[in-house]
Amino acid sequence: MSSVILSTAIRLLLPLLLLFSVFLLLRGHNEPGGGFVGGLVAAAAIALYALAEGAGAARRLLKLDPRSLIAFGLALALTSGMIPLLFGQPLLTGLWLPFPLPVLGHVGTPLLFDVGVYLLVAGMALLIVLSLMEE
Amino acid sequence: MLLALVMSGFLAALAAPVLYHFVPGWAGRLCPLLPLALFACLLTVAGQVSAGTPLVFSLPWIPSLGVSFSLYLDGLGLLFALLVTGIGFLVFLYTPAYLDDDPRLGRLSAWLFAFMGAMLGTVMAGNLMTMFVFWELTGLCSYILIGFDHEQEESRRAALQALLVTGGGGLALLAGFILLGNIGGTMELAELLLRGDAVRAHPLYLPALLLVLAGAFTKSAQFPFHFWLPSAMAAPTPISAYLHSATMVKLGVFLLARLTPILGGSEAWLWQVSGVGAVTMLTGALLAVKEHDLKRILAWSTVSSLGSMILLLGIGTPGTVIAVMTFLLTHALYKSSLFLTVGAIDHVAGSRDIRQLGGLASGMPWLAVAGILGAFSMAGLPPLLGFISKEIVYSATLQSNMLPQILSGLFLAGNALMVTVAVMAGVGPFFGRKPDTPLHPHGLSPLLWLSPLIPALFGLLFGLFPGSATSFLIEPAVRAVSSPSVNVSLALWHGLNMELLLSIITLALGLGVVLFRRRLIALLPSSSDGFRYGPSGWYRLLLDGVPIVARLQTRFVQDGRLRHYLMISIGVAMGLMGLTFLQSGGLPGDLPFPTGYLHEWLTAGIIVAGAVTVTLTDSRLGAVAALGTVGYGVSLVYILYGAPDLAMTQFCIETLSIVLFVLVLYRLPLFTLLSTPAVRLRDAAMATAIGGLMMLLMLYVISQPLVPHVSEFFLANSLSLAHGRNVVNVILVDFRALDTLGEITVLAVAAVGVFGLLKYRSAGGNEP
Repeated sequence: MSSVILSTAIRLLLPLLLLFSVFLLLRGHNEPGGGFVGGLVAAAAIALYALAEGAGAARRLLKLDPRSLIAFGLALALTSGMIPLLFGQPLLTGLWLPFPLPVLGHVGTPLLFDVGVYLLVAGMALLIVLSLMEE
Repeated sequence: MLLALVMSGFLAALAAPVLYHFVPGWAGRLCPLLPLALFACLLTVAGQVSAGTPLVFSLPWIPSLGVSFSLYLDGLGLLFALLVTGIGFLVFLYTPAYLDDDPRLGRLSAWLFAFMGAMLGTVMAGNLMTMFVFWELTGLCSYILIGFDHEQEESRRAALQALLVTGGGGLALLAGFILLGNIGGTMELAELLLRGDAVRAHPLYLPALLLVLAGAFTKSAQFPFHFWLPSAMAAPTPISAYLHSATMVKLGVFLLARLTPILGGSEAWLWQVSGVGAVTMLTGALLAVKEHDLKRILAWSTVSSLGSMILLLGIGTPGTVIAVMTFLLTHALYKSSLFLTVGAIDHVAGSRDIRQLGGLASGMPWLAVAGILGAFSMAGLPPLLGFISKEIVYSATLQSNMLPQILSGLFLAGNALMVTVAVMAGVGPFFGRKPDTPLHPHGLSPLLWLSPLIPALFGLLFGLFPGSATSFLIEPAVRAVSSPSVNVSLALWHGLNMELLLSIITLALGLGVVLFRRRLIALLPSSSDGFRYGPSGWYRLLLDGVPIVARLQTRFVQDGRLRHYLMISIGVAMGLMGLTFLQSGGLPGDLPFPTGYLHEWLTAGIIVAGAVTVTLTDSRLGAVAALGTVGYGVSLVYILYGAPDLAMTQFCIETLSIVLFVLVLYRLPLFTLLSTPAVRLRDAAMATAIGGLMMLLMLYVISQPLVPHVSEFFLANSLSLAHGRNVVNVILVDFRALDTLGEITVLAVAAVGVFGLLKYRSAGGNEP
């Protein structure tokens, strides 16, 4: 399944798509977007790369095993929910930094939660796609 | 203080493996210090507690449900706590010598410490839920400790059996506690203890009682749950001595004693508790006489002793409560000493079969002293505590207002058989000829005879000076259970009376049974019958039955054909939704005529065309593409109606699913039509039905007035409370973050499942 057009295009598209996925993740709190769709876009980008260059190349590009992404994402989402417990608040209460950060804007535990969702969704989609390709 | 007492066990559980890893030489000497220190701590507060002021400690836990982490140490708790720490000390002293520095000692000590903590928590619990949590922890530790030799199937089976029986009882107990908390209006023990009359008069009293009894009877191995205790003897002997004779199995007795002021005294309590206790006492005693294995003999005799304690608690007069508490202490002392003696015998001689043992006294005189003192206390010979406790029991039954002759007769039979058991287990192995044993009896580590000797000597000490035991151990416990005005005075010599006569008859009968044991065994039904028809047979039936039922049900619902899975799940959903739909009265008559712009109609047309193509095409790739059209059409609908988040997500999902489909299609065989026209017709009908039903439901939903306040809340508070303008995202990550957390967990689990299935296939596994 090697195609010159696809593999040339993906070299340009991959960074753009990944950047776009992070953009979707970060703007999600105020504009359409969010961790779920961001994760899907990231997974789609890498899946496209895998279609063009093979699953092994995609894994090398990814460096991390998709299973670790899933575990890390779930752990991150859980941690973000636990942080309020340290401040005596109920689980999953949204806590925010009092001042906006450059580029990121307002930062709080919900953003951390969304990053967890992003990683988990991307990891899940990639786990299935890559396992199917390698079978 | 109380918190430290309970929690130190759990902390030590974490520390023990580390100690054993780094300083194996010292760990065995350090470990016994903790129970000893706790024992000393308890003694320092004993004076205050005995004077009638319980120690209390409380932390809020779930205040809205009335659940708090409360500890409450009164006379009853103190008696048990002293036993737990005291015998714990002996066990920790004994275990390293018994296991010959086994590398698993660290793990074993950790679980023993955890168990000790759980036991202390249970007996000091001041809230029903606190008690339940610790209660279940003891069961968990017991499971792990019984299965200590987890490489042996017998151990694993015994551990599982104990867990299932006591865990099942634990569930009943939880339900009982909740009922009891609702009836009494509080989960706090100190308050509940004052509301006994209100609880007993409540219509839900009987169910609560039955559930609590189920918990107590399973834990204390009462008939018909008695079978798990002898199986639990698969554990190493120190564990059996600690958990399964001296402490954990007494929790059922503890629970009933604890709840006597709340639940006790009714007709139902009387008959059920004492009935079960009586049956257990006799069953256990008879089964003990039949055994040859020392540990199993002791296990059955423990069952019998627990039965007699339960029987006495069932009668519940102050006299019987005194008898229970005295016997409880006596039993813990002599049974731990006998168990530890048996362990030492097993250790040096390599056998526990009474037919292979004899004449050991010459080689190990101190162990023989321990065993014989224990046995004499068990048999009720003066001047040991066992004699006093037996006299007290007889005097309580003789003065009972309910059938005193029958009661005394029951105890006469039970106690006589205990005499027999005592001779078999504690005296027999030390005297007589010396048969060949698997191991040549060799030198005995002093720890192995010292540990059993200590409780045996206490049995002698308390027998000679009963006043020391009464004032700070027995009397406070009796007062906690019965009433604060009861006075307890124990004495070795009561004069020539009926009790003494009964004691003498007991001894004579018991020794008689020793002589005619073989003939008696022949009269009893053989154990294989008991195995087949008895309670352990029912347990096996239940255990084998569950997988059979599961297999039948799986074969029916999940026959391995995807189409049938879909049919069943869709059919069930349709049935339920259709029923609800019909019950709600169907559609209102005046539905608005659909209007719309051309592009909306076109989008709908694309979706329908895609769906029709999927069903009619004879190429797989075509079907996938058509399905993609349906999906993209739907996301177009989302865009048209102002849901960009949904549209984007749908779009990505569609793209990824097509990629997945293509990857799968690549490997599938060529498309062939396997189903008959009739089957296709059925599937079409099914599909049309679910589609039609969904349409009706949607029409019904939009014909109802919208309830706006939930979405209004989200819209109004999204920015102010959650710092976000995108309400959909704010709902996902903030307002309903718990739902999202659940969903992504499901996603993760599903991904692991898919991965497992794929790897299973590629690893060469066959489809089931």
